Amino acid sequence: MNNFRNFLRALTAVVRKDLTAEWRSRELFTAMLVFALLVILIFNFALELDARARTSVTSGVLWVTFAFAGTLGLNRSMATEKDRGCLDGLLLAPVDRSAIYFGKAIGNLVFMFVVELVVLPVYSVLYNINLFRPELLLIILLGSIGYVAVGTLLSTMAVQARTRDILLPILLFPLVVPVLIAAVRASGGILQDFAWEEIQAWVNLLVVYDVIFIAIAFMFFDYVVEE
Amino acid sequence: MKFSQLLTLRFPQNMITVKKLIKRFGPKTVLRGLDFEVAAGEFVALLGPNGAGKTTFLRILSSLSRPAMGEVRVAGYQLPNQAAAVRRRLGVVSHQPLLYGDLTAEENLRFYGRMYAVAHMDERISEVLEMVGLYPRRSDLVRTFSRGMQQRLAIGRAVLHDPEVMLFDEPHTGLDQDACIMLDGVLREVAAKGRTVVMTSHDLARTADLASRFDVLSKGKIVDSAGRDRVAPNDLLAFYRGALKN
Amino acid sequence: MEQKPRWLNILDTLTAILFVVSVFLVFFYAPMERTMGAVQKVFYFHVATAWVGMLGFLVAAVVGVFYLIKGERKYDIMGLAAIEISLIFFFIAIIMGSIWARPIWNTWWTWDPRLTTATIVELIYAAYMMLRQGIDDPDRRARFGAVYAVLGFVSVPLTFISIRMLRTIHPVVVGNSDPGAEGSFSMTGPMKTAFFFSLFTFSVLFVDLFWHRVRMGKLAAKVEELRLKITA
Repeated sequence: MNNFRNFLRALTAVVRKDLTAEWRSRELFTAMLVFALLVILIFNFALELDARARTSVTSGVLWVTFAFAGTLGLNRSMATEKDRGCLDGLLLAPVDRSAIYFGKAIGNLVFMFVVELVVLPVYSVLYNINLFRPELLLIILLGSIGYVAVGTLLSTMAVQARTRDILLPILLFPLVVPVLIAAVRASGGILQDFAWEEIQAWVNLLVVYDVIFIAIAFMFFDYVVEE
Repeated sequence: MKFSQLLTLRFPQNMITVKKLIKRFGPKTVLRGLDFEVAAGEFVALLGPNGAGKTTFLRILSSLSRPAMGEVRVAGYQLPNQAAAVRRRLGVVSHQPLLYGDLTAEENLRFYGRMYAVAHMDERISEVLEMVGLYPRRSDLVRTFSRGMQQRLAIGRAVLHDPEVMLFDEPHTGLDQDACIMLDGVLREVAAKGRTVVMTSHDLARTADLASRFDVLSKGKIVDSAGRDRVAPNDLLAFYRGALKN
Repeated sequence: MEQKPRWLNILDTLTAILFVVSVFLVFFYAPMERTMGAVQKVFYFHVATAWVGMLGFLVAAVVGVFYLIKGERKYDIMGLAAIEISLIFFFIAIIMGSIWARPIWNTWWTWDPRLTTATIVELIYAAYMMLRQGIDDPDRRARFGAVYAVLGFVSVPLTFISIRMLRTIHPVVVGNSDPGAEGSFSMTGPMKTAFFFSLFTFSVLFVDLFWHRVRMGKLAAKVEELRLKITA
């Protein structure tokens, strides 16, 4: 019980620290958001998002946007830990390593979710589609959890490599293919007003992925930070 | 109370005991059977040329790196098995400040205070900021601090949880003369409270006034060791050169 | 200098003999498939190479876990060896699949679940190689490699399921088959013999190559050690 309290204390300390620092500079949030909007803009020209195309490709455009903006955020969030040696500072503290992992992951998830919550209304206004549906928000949350669970672990590895800036997307994207496929399909189904039964299988896949990879990241994080 | 704790209470002489420590990086052996002992309250300066293994050795003592072979005990606890207990009793200052640029001095300390579960946080933070001479700038972002101020705050971070053992890895790196003098003041204050200190440095002049014992590390081993009583500040360079020659 | 083990010489010879027999069985013993003709012969090697590929990735994941638990260098050498071999074999499997698909599916490439998954698997292990190249400290390289080998292997079934839920036209030859899949066929007795013999041959080939590669890795480590001893 006492151990669990310590775990939670360390976890919230890490999350609060990340949120405070981000609230101060808004560097990460601004970068992710501007980048996300740029990606949507580029898709607009590349795919000619007219009314007919929109219903079928919207979910794809959204998830590609989230995935790209997400790597930006993951990279930056870990780079701040590495820059002034803060990762060592975290590791020197008498706390469980998984508290550090979950703290960082929750911080990353918050950043990503906030960006998504800003992108959705902007996209809705630009293309006259209502994206604010509770089911869609659920899918976005589930997809983001899986993405961030793997992404946080891999970004911790990437920042310790010589080639850190280019490494993260290369490591991350082939592993999150199931998340992206399932999330795109489920979101697409919701936007096209499919019955819930038809997207249930995709939601299940997302949940399974989230559970498996959170468990693996939890087990392996020690090996990624300790020497 | 654990048995190992009882041992340290009864035999408080040795805060750090290292026996036959070996550390390899892949095929490269950095530490080759290093033996090292520090009694409680000693201030040991670990001298040696670049690449001798000073930083590696300190990273092992600070539980950041695992020994390949050999015995390492800090404050009565074994590494790496009892790392959590060691970490609670250990304060580390490296040549990087380990601080967040986008947080204020106070927020940085508060964060680390939470990580170490420091009691009476507000008073302790004020006290520490006062000690390192940064109280007036407590609400400024660390990003705006000079290198010397960052390093002083880093020491503040390291003593926040009142550790028994402190490790300094080249704390003077990149500081100008004035900043070094201020830093020395803080280091002395930290050491004065009966804490055990190990500091690596290649700046002999700086360590001469601070340390109570000088150990020379070369090619992964301690090659010589002498107390302050044996080596006068002016003879330190000769002692260091002599140790490396053997 | 360490002598080449005698058993390795024997295994080399055995592999060569098995290979010749396997080629003979495929081309002269197994009958010509009625609708597809000679191009069906590629199937015997295609499945065998793909099998060796997956086998190697599995080995890499397993020794990855061993490395993380024990921290012994040999497991890292084994993991790298398995992945290097499997990358090549998997690539060959994809190429052979294309050769077969051109006349049967009338296209070199299709976004079928197995093909797509195979491509993603190649990308995962290409990323593994890039990860290793980006890290200088050998211990860290080994640790990260082990973690990534496990992560990659675990993600493969999920990737396959997710793509399969999208669509499929790939024939399922062994096990329950979707009769609608284009290019499916049932194997006759001699075909089965040739097929399973080919699987066996390629498994032995994998063991042989793996042994060679691990031995090379160990020698490389020794060379590195000796070089450090000279320069130190």
